[in-house]
Amino acid sequence: MAEADGIKIDNGEQIGMLFETKGLTKHFGGLVAVNDLSFHIEQEEIVSIIGPNGAGKTTVYNLITGLYPVTGGRVSFMNEEVTGLKTFDIARKGISRTFQSTTVFSQDTVFDNVVIGYRLRTRSGIFGAIFGGPLSRAEERESLSKAEEILDFLELSPLRNQIAANIPQEAQKRLSIGIALAAEPKLLLLDEPTGGVNLEEIQNFIGIIKRIRGSGVTVCLIEHKMRMVMDISDRVIVLSHGSKISEGSPGTVSQDEKVIEAYLGPGYAA
Amino acid sequence: MIPFPKFLTPKRLLLALLILLVLAVPLFVTSRYIYHLLIMACIWSMAATSMNLLMGYTGQVNLAHGAFFGIGAYTTGLLMLKFGVNFWLALPAACVVAAFFGFLMGLPSLRTRGSYFAIGTLCFGVIVTVIIDRWDSLTEGQRGLLGIPGPAPIPLPFGAQITFDTMASTYYLILVMLIITVFITHRIVRSLVGRTFRAVRGDEELAGSIGINPFRTKLISFVASTFFAGLAGGLYTSYIGFLSPEISDFHVTFEILIYCMIGGIGTLAGPIIGAIILPVISETLHALAAYRLVAYGVLLTVFIIFIPTGIVGGCKIIWQRLTGSRLTMENR
Repeated sequence: MAEADGIKIDNGEQIGMLFETKGLTKHFGGLVAVNDLSFHIEQEEIVSIIGPNGAGKTTVYNLITGLYPVTGGRVSFMNEEVTGLKTFDIARKGISRTFQSTTVFSQDTVFDNVVIGYRLRTRSGIFGAIFGGPLSRAEERESLSKAEEILDFLELSPLRNQIAANIPQEAQKRLSIGIALAAEPKLLLLDEPTGGVNLEEIQNFIGIIKRIRGSGVTVCLIEHKMRMVMDISDRVIVLSHGSKISEGSPGTVSQDEKVIEAYLGPGYAA
Repeated sequence: MIPFPKFLTPKRLLLALLILLVLAVPLFVTSRYIYHLLIMACIWSMAATSMNLLMGYTGQVNLAHGAFFGIGAYTTGLLMLKFGVNFWLALPAACVVAAFFGFLMGLPSLRTRGSYFAIGTLCFGVIVTVIIDRWDSLTEGQRGLLGIPGPAPIPLPFGAQITFDTMASTYYLILVMLIITVFITHRIVRSLVGRTFRAVRGDEELAGSIGINPFRTKLISFVASTFFAGLAGGLYTSYIGFLSPEISDFHVTFEILIYCMIGGIGTLAGPIIGAIILPVISETLHALAAYRLVAYGVLLTVFIIFIPTGIVGGCKIIWQRLTGSRLTMENR
């Protein structure tokens, strides 16, 4: 992890590269939450970020999406620097995310939850709303049909009129993905999409994530469930104490002594 | 079921019936006192509707709402009394001035959240009242503004004109303004803009993650809310014809707040129902003399504890129990 900024062109800067961080660093007071992290994601890849609790995975997402200011380093997306942009600007650039603690608009219906996800692709304002302008009405229809499409895609249509707070945890997880997808992202950051989801339902999530990738959206996920990580990832990045300790195909990473040590403690590495 | 034209939903029929009923009021009301109650109910309905736009739909409790009502009232009063401006120019000016102050105040205060926002706005409200109270040379301070004229007649072709010198005509004027306010609010909250408001109310962080700028959204809602507060204030001025600094203070804010809470925030009908029912209850409690405010307070407390969603919210819950169907965006 000693590559300094801009000294050499690494593999990332080939055709097909979508997203890259260089030397990303975050300090919370004296605590180094993310330390000089450089990684990239290629077009239509599924990349998993794994690591023990407190490794800084969610912090990485929060830095990428502008929720926290970075201490150092750069983030670029589609060959454009996006470091330090506001959260909503990042979303407009084409990066959507979900949150670790399942986050949906809990007082609204499932359908209404997804409709609003498309808002950033519309332009109509308050005067259009008051006077019922054609743009306003066209965009509203567009948002509604987009929502229908996504509810079908995620098999949420039967729950469409339920209040989001009242649907099962697993469905809420799918809904949170639906909200993010309605924003038509190019890169989707999922934060533990299967947290609190039981084993039978995980298979369903694997299918969903593969179909999302199939529709041309690149996926990055933070995940704890190894079976899932091994099944769907093209590449795995392992974090420990804020630093990248390993990276590669699921098979390679799972054999890496440093990874085994980080998870199980020194002495287990065979 | 009988095939029904699609636009004639039961809800729309009910609404049309209701509008006919309020328009027909002058046919059977002659008492000035009843007119007074009706006109005041319309004015407070308008003020509560405007507060609800920000509080109910965007989730921001603005405790300076009465100050914006007061700014609208004083703008109208001063323009008419001291500058001889026609009511029909002074009224839109009142809306614009209130919205402008809303914008200025929103810029710093909307960067805070929840209770901090409420406290910040409360302070702003107090400042407005103090300024109106102390700026004697402009506002006449505690003496107040006396003898503000009513609305000028609207000329029609062939020498005819619409005058506003009877209770019935004043009632119509203010009723029409209320209907326009509610209609515009309806258009806003049902649109994508309204959905954006509700997203910010629901979860600012999540809203940000899907490209919504929470600050900008709140500011738009705030300015729209204060615009209509100014309108309500301006109409109040022309009807009452007298202003004193108390019309901008926090008692007014809390009065409006209570109308919204009891009626049901985040619903269109709620603030209006609150603004009609509560003054009636308050009047009825006069029989209890000294215990009136105690009884009123107890009633409000009980209400907020047991029906936190207000009268409209309570009715919705009962409706759901009865029919098993949920009221959604489509049929709300």
